[in-house]
Amino acid sequence: MIHFSNVFKRYESGYDALRGVNFHLEREEMAFLTGHSGAGKSTLLKLITLIERPSRGHCVVNSKNLLKLPRWRIPYFRRDIGFVFQDHRLLFDRTVFDNVALPLVVSGGNYKETVRRVHAALDKVGLLNKEKMYPITLSGGEQQRVGIARAVVNKPPLLLADEPTGNLDEALSDELIDLFQDFNHHGVTVLIATHDLRQVRRLDRRVLQLAQGQLIYDSIADA
Amino acid sequence: MKNYLLRHLQVFFYTLGQLARTPFSSFMTMAVIGITLALPAGLYVLIDNIQTASVGWDGKAQISVFLKPGTTQQQARALETKIRHLRPVESVQYISPEAAMEEFKRLSGFGGALDALEHNPLPAVLVIRPGDGHSDPESLQGLVASLRGFGDADLVQLDLEWVKRLHLLLRLAERGVWLLAVLLGLAVLLTIGNTIRLAILNRRDEIEIIKLIGGTNAFIRRPFLYSGLLQGLFGAGIAWVLVQTGLLLLTGPVRELATLYASPFGVQGLDTPTSLALLASGALLGWLGSRLAVGRHLREIEPS
Repeated sequence: MIHFSNVFKRYESGYDALRGVNFHLEREEMAFLTGHSGAGKSTLLKLITLIERPSRGHCVVNSKNLLKLPRWRIPYFRRDIGFVFQDHRLLFDRTVFDNVALPLVVSGGNYKETVRRVHAALDKVGLLNKEKMYPITLSGGEQQRVGIARAVVNKPPLLLADEPTGNLDEALSDELIDLFQDFNHHGVTVLIATHDLRQVRRLDRRVLQLAQGQLIYDSIADA
Repeated sequence: MKNYLLRHLQVFFYTLGQLARTPFSSFMTMAVIGITLALPAGLYVLIDNIQTASVGWDGKAQISVFLKPGTTQQQARALETKIRHLRPVESVQYISPEAAMEEFKRLSGFGGALDALEHNPLPAVLVIRPGDGHSDPESLQGLVASLRGFGDADLVQLDLEWVKRLHLLLRLAERGVWLLAVLLGLAVLLTIGNTIRLAILNRRDEIEIIKLIGGTNAFIRRPFLYSGLLQGLFGAGIAWVLVQTGLLLLTGPVRELATLYASPFGVQGLDTPTSLALLASGALLGWLGSRLAVGRHLREIEPS
């Protein structure tokens, strides 16, 4: 699903965010991406979602070569990736329903199907009864779950998360990560960037560790 | 296809709702556009009206030949006969100095004061009407030239001259209105462009998120384009109301004036084609201004 070989990323400022990263994430695999702040976790996720382009190396995501994908194809490429943000980035002037429906509206699905899928996604994260509320009235954990519902509503084969438990307490974090695990059981490839080592230990999944832009540990390759 | 239209309809009503949600600022923008468009539209209608009013005077071309002082009545009559035989002439009317004096006394109101004059200063006049089909400027100029050739003619005056001048002035004014319309159209473009620019910056977060979840540029552009189009359209609507109200206020006085001149002339408002053209150009300018702003600013907003 994600194939990085010898990937470098140098920002215009001259800063080297990634230096020769190699890894391969199989379809339906689930992995944690760890490392200190500034180790390159965010850059790696930005490359996968084409917010940034790699400077050098070979990147293939969902069978698309990221170096060659033309600009106008990027929106369609992103529709196959669900992204969960640390600050969930919901639209506060729209209801929970409208927030979750956004990816379907963007890709132009019909209304009936949209309603059905939004309800399914909200049901999955346990917020079906709050569809008409505005995000501002929800708790932090609930807002994050709305973000997750939005990420999975169009059933993307790949789910990325950037510090999804960053602002949550332990119990809520556990719930959330279990949710990701559940999606993985249903065949979704999941990559979670986090420095919540408690979750990493609790789940015993593959771990990729970055330090200063280099992959210094891969639990599968090193085992 | 049906889905596509449905989506456009959705965005249309969504945008309409957005405008309604901020009635004050929406109205401000539309009012600015309205006033900007009302100016050239109003001037256009004014010129159009003057043209209509002057149409009736075109055909009644009339040439006055003032005879040299001291020309006797016999000489004048002989000249009259000669002129009558010129081809483009329909009728010739001789007005003696005495008759002219009588008419002048009657119309000017000086009456008795003119009796104090020792002798009549007015010359005899031959008033000539060209026949139908000879009232175009070339034939008239030819006629005037041949009239000037007669020895007894002191001054030949084509009364059409001032109508021609009026028409030239109107044409000039018309050109001016177009120039003004272009400039003010540009102003509308900039007004809308700026409004849309602010709207885009206000919704920066939303645009970033939509880009991240796979929204195409066309999708992001659509509500802004509709917003520009609707504001332009409503602005043109306001301009229409302003122009019609202005003309309504002029109707009374103009009718009184026309009555004095025994003219059936009345003020004509914006007719349907002109009204539609006004609305269409407002909508088009709105769409274009929005398109320019969106094209420029959407590229700058990329998720990070």
